[in-house]
Amino acid sequence: MRTDIKVPEKYLPIIDQEACIRCKRCIKSCSYGALEFKDDKVRVKDGCVSCLRCVIDCPTSAITVVERPSSYAPHAVFSPEIRRSIMAQANSGGVLLSSCGANAEYMDIFNDILLDAAQVTNPSIDPLREPVETKTYLGRRPGKVVVDDDGRIDLDASETPIVVMDMPIMIGHISLGSISYNAQAALFRAASELNILAGTGEGGLHNDFYCHSKNLCAEVASGRFGVTSHYLKEVSCVDIKIGQGAKPGHGGHLPGEKVQKLISETRMIPLGTDALSPYPHHDIYSIEDLQQLISVLKESTEYSVPVGVKIAAVHNVGAIASGIVRAGADFLTIDGLRGGTGSAPRVIRDHAGMPIEIAVSAVDQRLQEEGLRDKVTLCASGSIRTAADMIKCIALGADVVGVCTSAMIAMGCTVCQQCHRGACSWGIATQVPELAARLDTEVAAQRVINMFHAWNEELKEIMGAMGIDSVESLVGNRDRLRYIGPNPRIAEILDVKHSGEGWG
Amino acid sequence: MSDDNSTVVIDAGERDRLGHPLDYRELNRRIRKTLSEGQERIVLMNVMGQRYIASATGGTRMRIEIHGTPGNDLGAFLNGGTLEVFGNAQDVTANTMNGGRIVVHGNSGDITGLAARGGTLLVKGNSGYRVGIHIKEFEGVGPSLVIGGFVNDYVGEYMAGGTIFVMGLGCTSSPVGLNVGAGMHGGRILVRGGLDEHQLGPGACLAELDEKDAAVVEGLMSQYEAAFAATIDRSVPVLKVMPLDSRPFRGHYDSTTI
Repeated sequence: MRTDIKVPEKYLPIIDQEACIRCKRCIKSCSYGALEFKDDKVRVKDGCVSCLRCVIDCPTSAITVVERPSSYAPHAVFSPEIRRSIMAQANSGGVLLSSCGANAEYMDIFNDILLDAAQVTNPSIDPLREPVETKTYLGRRPGKVVVDDDGRIDLDASETPIVVMDMPIMIGHISLGSISYNAQAALFRAASELNILAGTGEGGLHNDFYCHSKNLCAEVASGRFGVTSHYLKEVSCVDIKIGQGAKPGHGGHLPGEKVQKLISETRMIPLGTDALSPYPHHDIYSIEDLQQLISVLKESTEYSVPVGVKIAAVHNVGAIASGIVRAGADFLTIDGLRGGTGSAPRVIRDHAGMPIEIAVSAVDQRLQEEGLRDKVTLCASGSIRTAADMIKCIALGADVVGVCTSAMIAMGCTVCQQCHRGACSWGIATQVPELAARLDTEVAAQRVINMFHAWNEELKEIMGAMGIDSVESLVGNRDRLRYIGPNPRIAEILDVKHSGEGWG
Repeated sequence: MSDDNSTVVIDAGERDRLGHPLDYRELNRRIRKTLSEGQERIVLMNVMGQRYIASATGGTRMRIEIHGTPGNDLGAFLNGGTLEVFGNAQDVTANTMNGGRIVVHGNSGDITGLAARGGTLLVKGNSGYRVGIHIKEFEGVGPSLVIGGFVNDYVGEYMAGGTIFVMGLGCTSSPVGLNVGAGMHGGRILVRGGLDEHQLGPGACLAELDEKDAAVVEGLMSQYEAAFAATIDRSVPVLKVMPLDSRPFRGHYDSTTI
């Protein structure tokens, strides 16, 4: 029995037939098969996802993509998205997949926070003429200073390994598999040149990328893909992935179509099989168990690299973070619910977890209360979209911010949310060789470098305006933030004063 | 410390000033130091639950004898050589083992062989829950986990390759628990003494041995007999649990643009 009812098409490419020069470039560009050439004209078929590849590739700007005007009758409760999702599920009976970060409007608190600046009673600093330090250290703080015989601080005497970065930025964990070889190569190259960190994701490290290992953070997830002692010792830090903001409590599932030779070799799994990451680590059912995995990774790397733990921001995040620090983690990453993903069930992506603004502040406060905050580096991620978000996140308590989607956008991504389909027209989230080849590694790397360089300059501008000369003095500096949103209770939870409240 | 030129003995029961046995960090540091000096035969005496023993080690000629009871995570990330335990091993033995051989003259605990991708583990007695979870293989090479007695529930969960052989020696009923091979999408679980359909987890099915399986069974039995000076009755039938599909979640998801 056929039960399908067509889910109406969402986007409509409009071809300006007068401007069109019939070069057919758009047809080659479209990896979703939404355009064809027929009767001497470019014609529109079903399947447009509004990735805008054709729009940008068209030499005469003859293409416009719009949301279909023939949309559902307006309804205040049953939005078109809700109606479409019900229609799709009634067809397939499947769990709806999507990608990128949460696509819901109720969670943006960064936009409700305003920054402070110096006036009269404290001087601002011109960062173009005076030093403003953005160097950032990742790892467990030794808690003491060793001074040599000449009275100088002996940096090598620290018992714990520390990673030094030139900016308080880490490119988050994006595995080879979720993105293409070229995309990962570009991100790693950018991290090396900027001297910041990039996460490898849970898919292991391809042999070609060991040249960047001093700027890489290895991820040990429940699937343990590609994790060997050699790999762990080569990189500069190791992250245990417990969860991801886009899908807290959920595992990973790289479909067999994407497990081609390159991925198979790097993950060390057979060709064409699904790569499944179990939902939990089955060796970790408690903080004590987590301590064991942290310890075995430290033993296995002979205490040469910091070992961190990454969790999704969930409602009890403060207590969990406290346990993680007590379990011996050298750094801690909190990933908020707007964090990105290459594939996640929509229901989890849009509805589970906590915004990073609240989570990072809650963790920072909890660790301070327990006297633990000074021991570790706190990283925060989950839709740090701009330098402004980064600055606010640091002032809410993060030492380092993790950025993924913005780096993708720098490479060409238009956030069309189709990563899970593996047909990325920009050559980023795909394993199809012809599509992956569309991304020029050098160009993409340079664009990522440019973007983060600009962010760091903006960070210095803001710090200078605040009269702060080192990013470490901005960490957790809530006095320089004011809340201006609709819900003063959020300000209380963030421990940020309301706009209009002064220092005293 | 050396009792002769070829073997180094380390007393893991040595007490510090406070009367505590040797800390695992110190024990592992001594093991690594000994190995780095080119001594590849080490005997650990009076082991008292020290964790992470010999993690990330593994010269091909390395041989570490462990007398007493090692703690959790014995031989994690092992790359080669042999660890032989004269006693029981605890949880997460052979965590993410890459290669080499671990022989346990006793029982091993839960999640033995977690995410291993190579090497051989022989356990004389029984093992706990979730043995061989997410073991995998690459280019035809995978781990072999052999348990002489019985295992508990969820053996071979998420299994993506390799071989688990549960021998059921001394068992009067099926030597495996429930949810055998839950979510498996590669590899094989061999059960001597058999199991019923109801013991299978989702994604797993029962099959008769083919010639290749029979050769693997015989090879692993011989290894077991040699390691533990045992004799295994060849007349007890062996059944195979294998995946229904290498793509168990095909069709579970819907990618419609919403």
